Amino acid sequence: MADDKDVLRDVWFGRIPTCFTLNQDEVTEREAEPYYLLLPRVSYLPLVTDKVKKHFLKVMKAEDVEEMWLEYEGTPLKWHYPIGVLFDLHASNTVLPWSITVHFKFFCPLVAKKLQYRDLLHCTSNSVIEAHFMSSIKEADALKHKSQVVNDMQKKDHKQLWMGLQNDKFDQFWAINRKLMEYPTEEGGFRYIPFRIYQTMSDRPFIQKLFRPVSPEGNVHTLGDLLKEMYPAALPNDGEQKRYQVVIHGIEPLLETPLQWLSEHLSHPDNFLHICVIPTPTD
Amino acid sequence: MPVSLLWAVDVYGRVYSLSTAGQQWEQCRDAQMEFKRVTAAQQCCWGIACDNNIYLNVHASDLPVRYQEETYENQRWNPVDGFSDRLLPSDRWQLSDVTGLQHQPLDNFRLPSSSWEWEGDWYVDENFEGEPTEKEGWSYAIDFPATYTKDKKWNSCVRRRRWLRYRRYKAMDTWAKIPSQQTTLPDPFSDISCGGWEINEEPRGRLSLWAVSLQGKVWFREGIYHHNPEGSLWEEVPLPGEVVQISCGPGDLVWAVLWEGQLIVREGIGRDCPKGTSWAMVDSPSPDVGATHVAVGVNVVWALTKDNKVWFRRGVNSHNPCGSGWISMVGEMIMINVGLNDQVLAIGSEDRAVYFRQGVTSSELSGKTWKVISVPRDGDRSHSSASAHSLQSAGCYFCGEVRAQSLVSDVESDTEKGSTDGASCIITSSSPESFVDAPTEHSDQPIETPKSRIPKVTSDSFISELVSDRGPGKTSREVRSAGPAVLEEETIPLEGEVKAPDVGVSLSPSQSVGPLDPQWSNVDLEEAQGQQAQTGAVVDTADTSSLSSVATFTLAMEDPYGVDEHPMWAWVSGGGCSVDSHTQLNWFNCSMNTSSMVQSVQSMSLSVTPAQTAAWRKQIFEQLSERTKREMDNFRHYEQAIEQSVWVKKGTMQWWRDWKPHKWIDVHFALEQFSGPEGNKDGILFIYYNFYEEKKYLHAFVNEVTILVPVLNDSKHSFAIYTPERTKQRWPIRLSAATELEMHDWLALLSVSCCDSRGIQGPPSKQAIWSITCKGDIFVSEPSLSLEAMPYPTPCDQMFWRQVGGHLRVVECNSIGIVWGIGYDHTAWVYTGGYGGGFFQGLASSTDNIYTQVDVKNVYIYENQRWNPVTGYTNRGLPTDRYMWSDASGLHECTKTNMKPPSPHWTWVSDWTIDYSVSGGTDKEGWQYAADFPASYHGHKTMKDFVRRRRWARKCKLTTTGPWQEVPPIPLSDVTILPCAAQSSVDVVPLWAISNKGDVLCRLGVTALTPAGSSWLHVGTDQPFKSISIGAASQVWAIARDGSAFYRGSVSSQSPAGDCWYHIPSPSKQKLKQVSVGRTSVYTVDENGNLWYRQGVTPSYPQGSSWEHISNNVRKVSAGPLDQVWIIADKVQGSHSLSCGTVCHRLGVQPLEPKGQSWDYGIGGGWDHITVRGNSMEPPRVHLPSLTERTPLPVRNTEINSSAVGC
Repeated sequence: MADDKDVLRDVWFGRIPTCFTLNQDEVTEREAEPYYLLLPRVSYLPLVTDKVKKHFLKVMKAEDVEEMWLEYEGTPLKWHYPIGVLFDLHASNTVLPWSITVHFKFFCPLVAKKLQYRDLLHCTSNSVIEAHFMSSIKEADALKHKSQVVNDMQKKDHKQLWMGLQNDKFDQFWAINRKLMEYPTEEGGFRYIPFRIYQTMSDRPFIQKLFRPVSPEGNVHTLGDLLKEMYPAALPNDGEQKRYQVVIHGIEPLLETPLQWLSEHLSHPDNFLHICVIPTPTD
Repeated sequence: MPVSLLWAVDVYGRVYSLSTAGQQWEQCRDAQMEFKRVTAAQQCCWGIACDNNIYLNVHASDLPVRYQEETYENQRWNPVDGFSDRLLPSDRWQLSDVTGLQHQPLDNFRLPSSSWEWEGDWYVDENFEGEPTEKEGWSYAIDFPATYTKDKKWNSCVRRRRWLRYRRYKAMDTWAKIPSQQTTLPDPFSDISCGGWEINEEPRGRLSLWAVSLQGKVWFREGIYHHNPEGSLWEEVPLPGEVVQISCGPGDLVWAVLWEGQLIVREGIGRDCPKGTSWAMVDSPSPDVGATHVAVGVNVVWALTKDNKVWFRRGVNSHNPCGSGWISMVGEMIMINVGLNDQVLAIGSEDRAVYFRQGVTSSELSGKTWKVISVPRDGDRSHSSASAHSLQSAGCYFCGEVRAQSLVSDVESDTEKGSTDGASCIITSSSPESFVDAPTEHSDQPIETPKSRIPKVTSDSFISELVSDRGPGKTSREVRSAGPAVLEEETIPLEGEVKAPDVGVSLSPSQSVGPLDPQWSNVDLEEAQGQQAQTGAVVDTADTSSLSSVATFTLAMEDPYGVDEHPMWAWVSGGGCSVDSHTQLNWFNCSMNTSSMVQSVQSMSLSVTPAQTAAWRKQIFEQLSERTKREMDNFRHYEQAIEQSVWVKKGTMQWWRDWKPHKWIDVHFALEQFSGPEGNKDGILFIYYNFYEEKKYLHAFVNEVTILVPVLNDSKHSFAIYTPERTKQRWPIRLSAATELEMHDWLALLSVSCCDSRGIQGPPSKQAIWSITCKGDIFVSEPSLSLEAMPYPTPCDQMFWRQVGGHLRVVECNSIGIVWGIGYDHTAWVYTGGYGGGFFQGLASSTDNIYTQVDVKNVYIYENQRWNPVTGYTNRGLPTDRYMWSDASGLHECTKTNMKPPSPHWTWVSDWTIDYSVSGGTDKEGWQYAADFPASYHGHKTMKDFVRRRRWARKCKLTTTGPWQEVPPIPLSDVTILPCAAQSSVDVVPLWAISNKGDVLCRLGVTALTPAGSSWLHVGTDQPFKSISIGAASQVWAIARDGSAFYRGSVSSQSPAGDCWYHIPSPSKQKLKQVSVGRTSVYTVDENGNLWYRQGVTPSYPQGSSWEHISNNVRKVSAGPLDQVWIIADKVQGSHSLSCGTVCHRLGVQPLEPKGQSWDYGIGGGWDHITVRGNSMEPPRVHLPSLTERTPLPVRNTEINSSAVGC
C-alpha cells in the first residue's frame, strides 16, 4: 500500500481546473477571452491570479480598473480561505472546470448588499497574505504545542514556509513544516487539533473550538467524534438518508479516521484542518 | 529492533510478560502453578515456582536445540576374520569415545531429562574430514591411536567409524522442571538470577545461573549452553556469610546481599572462569539500615535498603566491580532489577506498580526519572470470576506463608496504621501484643466479609522475609532454622518443634495462636481445593508468619476489590528485554509528560485496530486518486498557476582542495535548484573558494552527481561527492560541515535533489543493485536496461547510487525484491520494502517500515612486548621497535585511553578485554609469540621467540534506523537467495545461510510476501562453512572454513535442502573464501585475492571439472542471474589516486563466453560488498555482426584481459 507520505504529496499537488471569465458589466475595449488555469488547492487566490489579472487588463482601460475580485455564482470568494476550501464549499459536485467570474469594480449591487465582504475581499499585497498565513500557522502551533515549535524556529524558517507555499515548493515547505507536525510519542498526538468547520448554510464563518486528539481515557478521537461534538447535525441519523457531505480536500474521509492522522496529513499549509460540511447533492 | 519481553510476577504468583512492542501484559497461561521469582535472558526465562522447584522456559526459536551424541566403533584386522571387533586385550573398547578411554556402548546413552527426545536412531557417519568415505564410514590407521585416513592401505591394521545420534530439546515455550539434584541439595531455592552471556564469545545460549537457597547458600549452575539449556549440575559456592538475594549481570558483575545487610561482590569472574574466585565485602549504603536487595547490569549496581530507599553505586566497571561509592536516588522501591543495556526496572513499595527508569544511557547510567508502566493486563476484563479462582488456588499453593502473612498484615494495619509498605513488618518477639489483637480481628473478618479473604499473597515473600528478620540475632537464627522446615514437604522436625501431619509446617510451642486455628480451617475448608491448603492453614503459626512475614498489602484491608484497580507486582526481570534510550515504548499511555518533543511524525501509537486502519486509510488513498482523475487528468493541458522558480540554499563548509599541498580550506557552498524545461527538477552545486586572493568557483550539475558518500571520522564531518569524471580520477569532491547535524541536513537535501533530477522516488526496485561500504553504509543503484547490454553497456562509473539507512556488512538480494543483510555483529536483517532512515528525514524517508537498527563491532589494539634476558618480557622495546601499544600494523600508537570509537555514531559499550580469538592462537593470557616484529605469530612460546603481542578488543555500538527488521535469533556469517524470478508472490524462494558458528542453514517459508521466512532447517555438515551461494537450477555451492569448496547434490523444490555434499578440491595451494553462482557460472575468490571461474559446469555434471584463473586483486564477487559478474577489486589506479575496494563490472560476458573479457571500473574505493543478483533484466538485443569480431571494446576506462585489475 502506498505510504502516508504520498498523501502529503497528493494534498499539496491537488489542482482545480478553473475557467476565469470577465464579468459582463465590465467595460472592455474588445471581447475578453476566458482564461484557463490549474489552481493549487492549498494556495490562496491572490497568490495565483497574477496571470488572470494580466490577461484581462489587456482588454481594459486603466481608468476602469479598480481592484480585482472574484465571484462564483453570486458568491464573492474570500481571499483568505484556501482555494480548495472555496471550491469544496461552493462548487463541489458541479461540472469542471470551475467557472469563476472576474470583477474589477466594486459597484455591483451584489457587493453593495454584503458590505462586510469588502474587507475580506480587499487584499492589497502579498505581504497581507503572508501575514495572514503566518498568523494561522502560529495559531495552529499555539493549539498544537503551546507555540513552542513555531517560536523556536528562526526567521528564515518562517520565510521558508511562506516561500514554499508561494512558489509551490513542496520540499522546501515540508523541510520546515515537518517540525510543526511532531509531537511527544507518549502523548499520542497534539495538545489540541487545529481545525475549522465550514458550512454553506450558516452566516457563521466557521466553527473553531478546542478539541483534543485523544480522550481523557486514552481513546483516539476520530473525525466522527469531532463532528458529534461540534456539529452533530452533520452526522447521519440512524436509518436516515445522508444529508451532508463532510469534505476535506475534495474527498470524504470515513468518520472513523483518527483526527490526529487527519491533522498531520490533510491539514492545509496553514496547519489547520479545514473541513467543509455541504448538503448532499439531490440528483 | 526486534521485539523482546519484560517478565514479571504479580502478587498472586501469576507470570506475565510485556512485549517491547506491546501495550498489555500477557499472562503466561502455560504456567501451571504460581511462581515466586523469575529471571530472564533473551532466549529463556528461569523461575522458582511455589513448589520450590526451578523451572525453565526456553523460548521457541527457529533453530532447534539439538545435541549430537557420538561414539566410535573400533575394529582390528586379523588374518582369519579380516577386520572384526575382536580387539587385542591392550586395545580400546569396541565402542568408545574418540580417545578410546571411555567405554560407550550405544545403549548407554540416555536422555538427560524428560524435556529431550531422540530425533532418530543411531547411524554411521559416512564422511571423514569433509570427504565422503568409500563405504560404511570407516577410516583406517596402523594402530590405535594414530592418524586416520579414509583410504585403506597395506599397513592398515585398525579401523574405526563414528556413530551419530541427535537428541532434541522439546520443552520449548513451556515451563519445564529442572530435575533436582538429589544428592547435594539440602534446601529449596529462594532466589535465582541469570546473566553472564557477555563474558565470553560463546554463542547465544551460554548463561551463568546463580541461585540462593533458603539456608543462605549460593549455588552456581554449571554447563548451561545452547545445546544444553538446562545446564548440568549445581555447584556450591563458598561464602563469607549467608546470602538472601543475588544478582548477576550480563557481563562479569555478580553482587549478593547478606542477611546482615552488607553486600558481597564476586571477584575474578572472567572468560575462563564464569564462576569467579572470591568475594569482596561492600558496606550497606546506609550505616544504620541494611541492604535488602541488589541488582546489577553491565556497568551498574543498584541497591535497596530496608527503608525502601534506592541507591546507585558509583564507579562500577569490570576492573573495579566493587565501585566507589553510593548515591542516594529518589523513589521508594521494594524490588529492583537491571535489564539489558543497563536499563532499570523496579517495583514501587507503595503501589506495587512496575516502574521503568527513563533516560538511562551509557553516558548517564543513573537515568532521569521513574516512570510507571501502566498498561492493562490481558486478563483484566474477565477478572472477577476467573482471577478470583486463581487467587484462591494461589493461596493454596503458597500454603503456610500466605495465610500467615495475611494474618500479620491485617494485624499490622490495626496496630500501626498507615504503615503499608513491605518493609514495615512484624517481628514476633518484639510485638507480642499484636498477636493478641490478631485473633479477634481475624475471627470476625472471614465471617462478616468473606471477600476480604482475598489472600494478600505475595510471591516475593522472601524479600520481605529478610526484611522482617533483621532483628535480634536470636530471632533471625531461629527463623532460619525453621525456614526449610516450613517450606519443604518432607520435613525433618527441628529442635523440638511439632511436626504437622501433612505438610510438616513447624509450630513453635511458644506461640499462642491455638484458638485461632478452627476459624481458619473452617474458612479454608469452604474454599480450599486441596488437602495441602487445609493443613497449611491449620498449622499456621506466628513464627512462620514472622519468617515469611512481609509485604503487608493494603489492598484487602482498604478495599477488597482493589485488585481490579491496578495490578500489584511482586517481581520483575528485564534480562530478556532489549530496550535502550532510543526505543519507543508504548508502556506509558496513561501518564502524560510534556517534557520532550520527540521527532516522530510517524509514531501513530494510537489504539486503532489494524482492520479499521486499513479501511479508513484505504478510503483516503482511493479517494485521492479518484480526485486526481476527476479534477486533473482531463485538464493537464491547462497552464499551471505558479511558475517554478530558482531556489538557492547556501552555507559554509570546508573543502579538501584539489591542488597540492592538499588541505581543508573554508569555502562557501550553494545548491541552486530549478525546474527544467519539461518540469523535471534539476540543480547545480557551487563551491566558492579563494585561489591566491582570487575568487573562483567549482561547480557540478546535480544530475551528474553519481553518489554522495558520508565519510565520518572522529575529527571531520565530511562527505564525498562523485561524478563520472571524479570516479575516473578516484578523486571526489570532499566537503566537511561544521557539525554532524549540518552534514546530515546537507546530505539529505543533496540526496533528494539528486533523486529528483533523475526522477527517482520511493523504495529501490526489485532489480536494484545493492552495495556496502567499509563503514557499513548501504547504497543502492537502479540498473539501466543497457547495463548488461552487448556490446555497449552503460559505463559503470555513470551508475547513480543512493543511500539507504541502516548498517550492514553483507547484503544479498534476488530479483523478486527479497533482500537480506547481515550486520557486523552477525545479526540477520530482512529488508522491509521502505527507503530512507538514518539521516534521511521527513520526505526522503518512508515511515511505516523504518525500524531501529543496532550494530556492534570490535575495535582492536595490540599490546607489544620484547623479551630481555634480565626481566623477561617487558614493555620496554628496542628504540627501533613499534609502539608498545599500537594498531595491527604497529605504525600508529593506539593506547587504551587515546583510542576513540570509529566515528561519533559509535559509543563504547564495554571495556577493553583481551581477545583470545586471534588467528594463530594465543596462550592463556592471550599472548602470541614471534621471533621479531613484524612476523607471523603463534600461540605458544618457543626458544626462538623474542617478541610477543596480544590483541585487546573493545566493543562499540551504533544505533541508527533503516528499512530493516531483525531475523532472530541465529547470528549469520553469510546468506544467499535464489536469484531467479519466482512465478508468484507466494512461491517459496530458496534461501541458504551460514551461521556464525559455520552451520549451514536453509530458510523455510521465504516468499515475496514473507521475505523473512518462518524457520531454519539445519543442513548437516562435517566441518564449519563460511560462504554459500545458490544459483539457477538450485545449484548450491559452499566454501568450508578449511578453504575447500562443496557442491550440494539433489537440491530441488521438492527437496529444498538437498541430500549430500560433494567435495570440490580448491585451486592448488589456494584456500577459497567466497563463492557466487549465477545462471551457469560459478565464481570463487581465494584468500590471496584471486578470482576463479569453474570450468566444465554442465547440467549433467554440475560440479564442473577445474578452476580457471580470471583475475587477481579481487576481494569479493557477485554473479547474477544473467551470468553477469561484478567484483569488489583492490588497487584500482585512477588518474589522480589509487583506490582499494572498487566496484568493477566484467565486460564481454556472453552465453558462449561466460568469462568475459575485461573490467569496467565503477564507484570506489572503500567498497566492501556488492550484489547484482536482483538484476535479471535482459538487455535489449543489438545485432551488430560486424562488431562482434572487433576488440578491444570501445568502452573507456577499461583494460583488456584478465590480470587487468592488478597494477
